Amino acid sequence: MNEKAITCKGLTKRFGDFVAVDNISFEVNTGEIFGFLGANGAGKTTAMRMLCGLSYPTSGEAAVAGYDVFTKQESIKKNIGYMSQKFSLYENLTVKENIRFYGGIYGLTNGELKEKGEGLINKLGLQGESKKMVGELPLGWKQKLAFSVAIIHQPKIVFLDEPTGGVDPVTRRQFWDLIYEAADSGITVFVTTHYMDEAEYCNRISIMVDGRIDALDTPASLKQRYRAETMDEVFYALARGAKRSAD
Amino acid sequence: MRTLRFLLEKEFKQIFRDKGLLPVIFIMPVIQLLIMPLAANFDVKNINLAVIDHDHSGYSQQLLAKIGSSGYFRITANTASFPEAMKQIESEEADIIIEIPANFEEQLIKEGAGPVYLAADAINGTKAGLGSSYLNTILADFNSEIRMKLLPQQANTGIDIRSSDWFNPYLNYRIYMVPGILVILVTMVCGFVAALNIVREKEVGTIEQINVTPVKKWEFIMGKMIPFWIIGMIDFTIGLLIARLVYGIIPVGNLFLLYGFLSVYLVAMLGFGLLISTYSDTQLQAMFVAFFFIIIFILMSGLFISVDNMPVWGKVIARLSPVTYFIDVMRMIVLKGSGFNDIKIPLLIEIVFAIILNGWAILNYRKTA
Amino acid sequence: MKQFLVFVRKEFYHVFRDRRTLLILFGLPTMQILLFGYALTTEVKNAKIIVVDQAKDAASQQLIAKINASTYFDIDPGEDIEAAFKRGNIRCAVVFPADFENEKRIQIVADASDPNTAKTLTNYLTAIIQPPSAQPYQIIPVTRMLYNPSLNGSMNFVPGVIALVLMIICTTLTSVSIVREKENGTMEILLVSPFNPTYVVLAKAVPYLVLSLLDFILILLLSVFVLDVPIRGSLLLLFAESSLFIISCLSLGLLISSVTQSQQTAMLISMMGMMLPTILFTGFIFPLENMPLPLRIISNFIPSRWYYFIVKAVMLKGLGFWAVWKQTLVLAGMTVTLLTISIKRFKIRLA
Repeated sequence: MNEKAITCKGLTKRFGDFVAVDNISFEVNTGEIFGFLGANGAGKTTAMRMLCGLSYPTSGEAAVAGYDVFTKQESIKKNIGYMSQKFSLYENLTVKENIRFYGGIYGLTNGELKEKGEGLINKLGLQGESKKMVGELPLGWKQKLAFSVAIIHQPKIVFLDEPTGGVDPVTRRQFWDLIYEAADSGITVFVTTHYMDEAEYCNRISIMVDGRIDALDTPASLKQRYRAETMDEVFYALARGAKRSAD
Repeated sequence: MRTLRFLLEKEFKQIFRDKGLLPVIFIMPVIQLLIMPLAANFDVKNINLAVIDHDHSGYSQQLLAKIGSSGYFRITANTASFPEAMKQIESEEADIIIEIPANFEEQLIKEGAGPVYLAADAINGTKAGLGSSYLNTILADFNSEIRMKLLPQQANTGIDIRSSDWFNPYLNYRIYMVPGILVILVTMVCGFVAALNIVREKEVGTIEQINVTPVKKWEFIMGKMIPFWIIGMIDFTIGLLIARLVYGIIPVGNLFLLYGFLSVYLVAMLGFGLLISTYSDTQLQAMFVAFFFIIIFILMSGLFISVDNMPVWGKVIARLSPVTYFIDVMRMIVLKGSGFNDIKIPLLIEIVFAIILNGWAILNYRKTA
Repeated sequence: MKQFLVFVRKEFYHVFRDRRTLLILFGLPTMQILLFGYALTTEVKNAKIIVVDQAKDAASQQLIAKINASTYFDIDPGEDIEAAFKRGNIRCAVVFPADFENEKRIQIVADASDPNTAKTLTNYLTAIIQPPSAQPYQIIPVTRMLYNPSLNGSMNFVPGVIALVLMIICTTLTSVSIVREKENGTMEILLVSPFNPTYVVLAKAVPYLVLSLLDFILILLLSVFVLDVPIRGSLLLLFAESSLFIISCLSLGLLISSVTQSQQTAMLISMMGMMLPTILFTGFIFPLENMPLPLRIISNFIPSRWYYFIVKAVMLKGLGFWAVWKQTLVLAGMTVTLLTISIKRFKIRLA
């Protein structure tokens, strides 16, 4: 498993005159937890959408799980999981039904669906809630459920777009336990976040400013390079130079 | 195929759980089918007459009695002068004024001819036109009765015209309207509700989650279309039953043919809904656009006003709407018992609509922006 | 006052930036006026008929030539009446019997699945075949078409379309725009501003009043210059009455927005709930007097019904205020009631 999970060279996305993602290049190793940081509007989500096959790059090249993002999007989609900023399970389906639905469209067999579904519900401690509409669950549980559903088909890579927004610190900690567990099972994790403490949990992180990647390394070496105590300080040092104002 | 099953399962669960949607899909059409034909009645009858009888003769009395008993007219006012009768027209209490001049009877007998003055409120042209033509018919009848009495020996020299009205011998307007209204109701459910349903997934963001899965475009679209196609079929069947039980309309033609056409039509309308949804980001936008087109579709479909009378460009617009063909065919099969050979051209056109609308929608629906 | 204008301007931006709103605002009325004016006519022209001439004598040929010469009918070749009806090719058929010369009998067969067309065609045919000839003791009907001697079909529809369009804009757009602010949470921001809440609501209503009047002017211009529909009465009175109607619709829009939480519901109530009754119960397509009593009673509660009467009287009949004061009073009563209820409901929500 020496193969890179994601490679990307000179990836660019323009919307008219606006360059949302400006010539970024990086590689993500298989099995690693890769943090993708940046201020609001820095271009994180746009970059991630291109890698997931939701949007075409304007130029550059990239491969996800070995498949080209221009031509092999459908193959990419078989090998990734995705959890967006917006909560995207069906609120008017129950916990069980959502699991069954997403598992089903990823091609799990009936036996697998049953087994994985029960396992997942037990792991999240949702036994009492399995027949409740997802819309009635508290936000923290929804997020954990959404993550578990995103990796139900054991993808090679999972993309998480600000998965812990608006969640309390305890739940965030639990959420990261789930991420570690997934990484241990061999899933590469690509995660964007605002929280600098979460950045410390990643194996490597990149920091985007104005559509470009200004820094990419392990948290420890970044702190060393910018002579900073915490990731916060690293981030400020970089973000201060940003021209785009955060919205 | 298995993926499709999961999509369908989810879709049906969601539809049947939506407390707001169910009445729109199943109850509203029933209520509308019960109320609309009662309200949408073009039958020109109950025309209100203001009468000015300056003559007060035997003839004028007989004439007015004949008009009053014809079933089309209600004499609402007896006035003494034309300005007074005009007041009735101005307040819309009368639609037509009939003025019998003084010495009407005397003039008719002595001079061999006498006028009767009619004045119709012609703002509503249909009513004025039909009303005065009914009056003319009654006058002509009355005229020949008088002539028969005065000149019993003279044989009738005119041509004897007999008319018969096929397919709807009692000229019941409801029989004409109900099948058309049923088409509109099915159209609303399929064109409108299906479009909103897809746009809602866009608004909520779940469509993005579907777009990163390996679900194929056609699977997603079929997953959305099949449930509404079935609902359209069910609604139509309920409507046919109401037409039969409430309005006594029993389709003369072949039901298989009718359902065959319906199934193609539903695919076309669902394609239209899908197309709107691919061009809208919010349900509100979809509603505005769908509303605009459905109003035009309904007005131009020949439901109320026959396409035959339209100018060429109007006919072109009418012929560009799938609704027009189905209303036509619906009336042909249900009321006249037309067979496959009679409807094969509209059927072909409807198939073309289905292909174009769906093809366009599928091309325009992108998993990747 | 300056703040008030700022709010009003903001509202105009919202409207003019959304193409789909503009479509409903200006596209729909223009389209409806043109369709009703030109395309939707009940006047029968060039109806296709079949003539089955079993006599083939001079008399029948002469009559057929007369029918063919009229603009109402186009004679289609063909003999099989039933098949032609079923294909929907023809509306009517005329049959001359073999012994037409002696029998003097003609059979007219109409496709009565469309009853009104059937009636009209039978009447036309009868008139062509048997023109009123000078006979002794002739009653001569002298018919005058009041207000509309040329039977311009647009006359009937213009007031109806005005009522319909004003209803859509005022009710739907107003209620949706207010509920949108509720949904987005911007309403709360406006309400915590140092601005009087009543002004907030007023600031939302004023732009739609202006837009409605613009639409009204647009329809009037189209009617006069494109459809040849005259304005016979006082323009001032017409505007005054229209403003009254617009305000009553705006109040209805406010009322809907005060009882709904989502744009969809507001839209469904104002479109499905209000549109259909407006189309049905105004009386501009279907005559009200044909409806069963319960529906006639319901129609009295629809503001557009009264407004439709007023527009016809003032615009087309050229009557003065004396002819419409009753209807005006009803409309004013409705407006006051609706406005009171909706303001009250708003106060409750604000409390």
